[in-house]
Amino acid sequence: MNRPVRKVAVACLVLFAALLVNANWLQVGEASDLKTQPTNGRQITERLERERGTILAGDVEIARSTPSNDQYKFQRQYPAGTLYSDITGYYTLFTAAGLERSQDVFLSGDDDRLLASRVTGLFTNKQRRGGSVVTTILPAVQQAAAQALGNRKGAVVALDPSTGAILAMVTSPSYDPSPLASHTEKTATGAYGVLSGDPAQPLLNRATQQTYPPGSTFKLITAAAALSHGRHPDDRVPAPDELALPLSTVRLPNFGGERCGDGETDTLTHALTISCNTAFAQLGINLGAETLRQQAEAFGLNSTFPDFPLQQARSVFPTKLDGAQTAQSAIGQYNVRVTPLQMAEVVAAIANGGTEMKPYLVSELRGPDKKTISRTDPKELGKPVSSDVAAELTTMMESVVTSGTGRKARIDGVSVAGKTGTAEHGTGELPHAWFVGFAPSDAPKVAVAVIVEDGGGEVGTGGAIAAPVAKQVMQAALDTP
Amino acid sequence: MTRPPIPLPPLRRPRSADLTATFAGLPLPQGTDLPPYRRRELVLLVFAGVLATSALAALTFADIGELSLGIFSIGLGFFCLWALAHLAVRRFAPAADPVLLPVVVALNGLGLVMIYRLDLAKSQAAKQAGTHIPPSAAQVQLVWTLLAVIVFVLVLALVRDHRNLARYAYTAGLVGIVGLLLPIVPGIGTSINGARLWLRVGPFSFQPSEVSKIIILIFFAGYLENKRDVLSLASRSVLGVKLPRARDLGPVLMAWLASLGILVVQNDLGSSLLFFGMFMVVLYVATERASWFLIGFVLFMIGAVLAHSMFSHVQVRVDGWLHAFDGDNPSSTSYQLVQGLYGFAAGGMTGTGLGEGHPQKVPFANTDFIMASLGEELGLTGVMAILTMYALIVLRGMRAALGAKDPFGKLLATGLSFTLALQVFVQVGGVMRLIPLTGLTLPFVSYGGSSIVANAAIIALLLRVSDSARRAPEPASDAPLFDPGAVADSPTQVVKTT
Repeated sequence: MNRPVRKVAVACLVLFAALLVNANWLQVGEASDLKTQPTNGRQITERLERERGTILAGDVEIARSTPSNDQYKFQRQYPAGTLYSDITGYYTLFTAAGLERSQDVFLSGDDDRLLASRVTGLFTNKQRRGGSVVTTILPAVQQAAAQALGNRKGAVVALDPSTGAILAMVTSPSYDPSPLASHTEKTATGAYGVLSGDPAQPLLNRATQQTYPPGSTFKLITAAAALSHGRHPDDRVPAPDELALPLSTVRLPNFGGERCGDGETDTLTHALTISCNTAFAQLGINLGAETLRQQAEAFGLNSTFPDFPLQQARSVFPTKLDGAQTAQSAIGQYNVRVTPLQMAEVVAAIANGGTEMKPYLVSELRGPDKKTISRTDPKELGKPVSSDVAAELTTMMESVVTSGTGRKARIDGVSVAGKTGTAEHGTGELPHAWFVGFAPSDAPKVAVAVIVEDGGGEVGTGGAIAAPVAKQVMQAALDTP
Repeated sequence: MTRPPIPLPPLRRPRSADLTATFAGLPLPQGTDLPPYRRRELVLLVFAGVLATSALAALTFADIGELSLGIFSIGLGFFCLWALAHLAVRRFAPAADPVLLPVVVALNGLGLVMIYRLDLAKSQAAKQAGTHIPPSAAQVQLVWTLLAVIVFVLVLALVRDHRNLARYAYTAGLVGIVGLLLPIVPGIGTSINGARLWLRVGPFSFQPSEVSKIIILIFFAGYLENKRDVLSLASRSVLGVKLPRARDLGPVLMAWLASLGILVVQNDLGSSLLFFGMFMVVLYVATERASWFLIGFVLFMIGAVLAHSMFSHVQVRVDGWLHAFDGDNPSSTSYQLVQGLYGFAAGGMTGTGLGEGHPQKVPFANTDFIMASLGEELGLTGVMAILTMYALIVLRGMRAALGAKDPFGKLLATGLSFTLALQVFVQVGGVMRLIPLTGLTLPFVSYGGSSIVANAAIIALLLRVSDSARRAPEPASDAPLFDPGAVADSPTQVVKTT
C-alpha cells in the first residue's frame, strides 16, 4: 500500500507547488497590474497615509500635511486658501492637479533621489515621508498681484527676467483647494462639482492654460521683427488714419479714430508709444507673414515651454495668412493667441538683453530632513532678438510709459518699460485689457504680464485698467530685497 | 476490551543515526531505542512561540510605537497553552513525529496575531465612526484554541491505539452523516452568508462538517480496509484500463451522491469537493487501482457540470472567477476576490509589515480571506513560508502513513493528510484566483472554532499513527494470532486478520 501513498504525497506536493507558483505570479509578476486597477482603492489609502512633503513659497508653507485623526493619517492643508491654488493645485482622494500632480513622485516620497532617507526608514520602521518642493514664488509679490487684480477675471504673471524664475502667478477667479482635499468623499466631490460647473471657470489657471488675443502687446513682436530686419526706431513708417487692407473692402482704423504722427507717416518709436494700429499693420504687411511668424516663434509661440510643471496651453501665431490677415495679426488680432505666461516671457527676453530664459516654478527640492537635494539652475531658452534690438525696444517701451498709453504704470524714481494692449474679441464684448512690461528698465528685476478679461467689466484700455495692476506688482517686486 | 498498550523501550542516549532518522521522519531501525523526540519537539515549540511573540511585538510596535512587557506574558501564555499539548504527546505518544505539533503552533500563532490585528483595525474604525466597538475575535479564538488543545489531549489520551477506531467504522459513518445533516434541522441550524453549515447555541456557532469530515474518514478507512480486496478485483479491461465490477461501484456512487447532497442542501461547494476528493484518495490507496481515479474524475466532471447548470450560485462563483475584472464584477460578485487580490499585490515581495497594511479592506479578512491579509502584511515571503509549513505537515502525515504497520492506519493518515492538503489548496487557490472561490477555512489560521478544534483532532490522530509507526515492531511471539476475547467484546463483526 505504500506505492499509492507515495503517489498521493507527490500529488499533494504538486498542489503546493501550484500554490507557490501562483503566489509568485500574483505578488510579484502581476502586482503592478493589480495595483493600477481602477477599482483598487489601496493606492489612495496608501498615499493618504504618508506624510506628504510641503510646498513652499519662500518660507511660507502653501501646502502641507498635518496629522489627522480620521481613517487616513494625514490631512492636506492649504493655509492661504485661494492665494496659491493655481500653483499648488489640489490633492484629492482620487486625483491631483498643479504642482501636487506634477511633483507627486517627489512629494509622496517615491522619487529615487529620496532613496537615502527611505533606506534609513526601512530600519527605523518609520513611514516613508515625502520631500518638500520650494517654489520661486515671492509671497509679497503674489499677495500684491492678487490684491491688484481683485475680483476681476484675469491673470498676472511676474518673472525674474535674468533667470526665468516665476515670482508671482495669480489668476482670478480662483478657488480654495481645502474642501477638495477633504477625506469625506461627499464633501470633496461636492466641492469639485460646484467648481467645475461654475461658468467663471475658477479651476482654470488663466496664466498658463488660457490663451487670449494679445492685441497691441503683440506690436512688440512686430517691432522686434522690423528692428531685426534693418529698421530703426527713428525710421518713419506709413501711418495713415485708415488703412485699406489688401484684397479686402475692410478699412482698418486707429484706436478711437486717433491720428498717428502727421497722418501720413510716423516714427516707429512714436507709433509704439501711442500704439498706432495702421503703422504696425502696414509694417506687418511689408515684413510679410513669414517674418512675423519666425519672430513670434523665436519668442516661443507655436510651442509650449519645456519642463514646465503646470499644464500649458500653446500660444499660436497662425500660418498661411493673406495680406489682410497679416495686417491684423501684426497688431495681435485675427487668430493670434497667447497665454499671459508667454507675454511675460516676451518682455522678459527684451529686458534680459534679448536672451529668453526658460520659465521655472520650482527652485529647490528638499528631503524630509529639510536638506537640499537639488536646485534649479536657470537655463537659456533662446535669443529671439539681438542685444541691440533689445536695447532699442527697451527705449521704445520706456517712451510708452513716460509719454504714451502706459503712463499709469509709472513708478516714482524707477524707469519702467512697457506696452499696453486692448484686445478685441468678438462683437458685443468689452475688450481685454493688457499690460506687459518690466522694471527698472536699465537693470530689470521684474517682468510682468497682466490681463484683465473684458476690461474687468469697464469700458477702458489696457493703459487704464491693466497698467495700474502691473505697477503694483512691479512695485512689490522692487520692494522685495 | 482494547489491545494491550505497546511496551515502550527504555530511554537511552541517542546515536547520530537516530537523529538522522528522526528528522528524516523515518521509522527507527529495529533494535534501537527511542531518541529524545520530545526534547526536540520542545525546542521547536519554543521557536514557534518566539515566532508568534515576535509577530505580536512587531504588530504592537506598528500600532502604538512602543513595546510593553504584556506582549511577552501573552506570548508566554500562548506557549504554555500549547505546552500542555506537548506534555500530552510526551505522555501518550512519546515516539510520535516531533515536527508536526510545532509547525501547527507556528501557524496558529500567526493566525491569532492576524486576527488580533484585524480586531485593532475594526475597533479603530468603530472609534472613528463613533459606533460600538465590536467584541474581540482574537479573544474568542483564543478560547477556541484552548478548547482545541483540550480536544487534542483527549484524542491522544482516549485513542491509545488508532486501530481501535476501525471497530467503530459503521457507527462513525452514521454519526458523520447525522452531523452533516444537523444544520438543516430547524431550530439549531443557522445559515451564515448563504450557506447553511452552522449550528448555533447561544453566542457560539459551530460547523459540524469540519468534525464530520474526520468521522466519515474513519468510516471510509475502516470500510475500505475490509473491502479493499473485493474492490480491487478486476472484471474486465476497457481500452487497457481495468474497470471494477459494477456492483462494487456502490460505495463510490454513495460518496458522490452524499457530497452532491451536501452541496444541494447546504450550499457548500468547498466541503463537497473535500469529501469527494478525500474518498477518492482513500479508495485509490486501499485498492492501488488508478481506474478508480478515472471513474472519480468522470463523476466529478458530471457533478460539476450538473451543479453549474442547476445552481445559480455555482454559476455566479464560476463567472466571478473567470471574469473577476470584467464589467461590474469587481464591485459586485467578485468584490471580495478582487479586494483580496489587491491585498496580495499590495504586499508584494516582503509585505507591508504587520499592522502597516490595510487587510481590513477585504471582506471576511479574518476567516476565508485571511491568506490575503497575511499576503499583504507578510508578503510573498510570508505566504511561501506558510505554504511550506502546510506542506511540511502534509508530508509528515504521509510519512506516518508510510510507516504505519496496518492498512487502517495507512488509510487514515493518508486521508487526513490529503484532506488537509486539499483544503489548503482549495482555500488558498480560491483566494488567489487559481480556482473558483469556495467557502473553506484555512486550517489553524482562520478565525473559527470548529475549524481549529477539528484540525487539532486531525493532528492528534496523525501523531497517534506516527507514534505507532516509529516504535519497534511488537515481538510477534507474544501476540496471539487470534484473541477470542477481543472478538467477543467487539462491537462490530470485523475480524482482525493482521
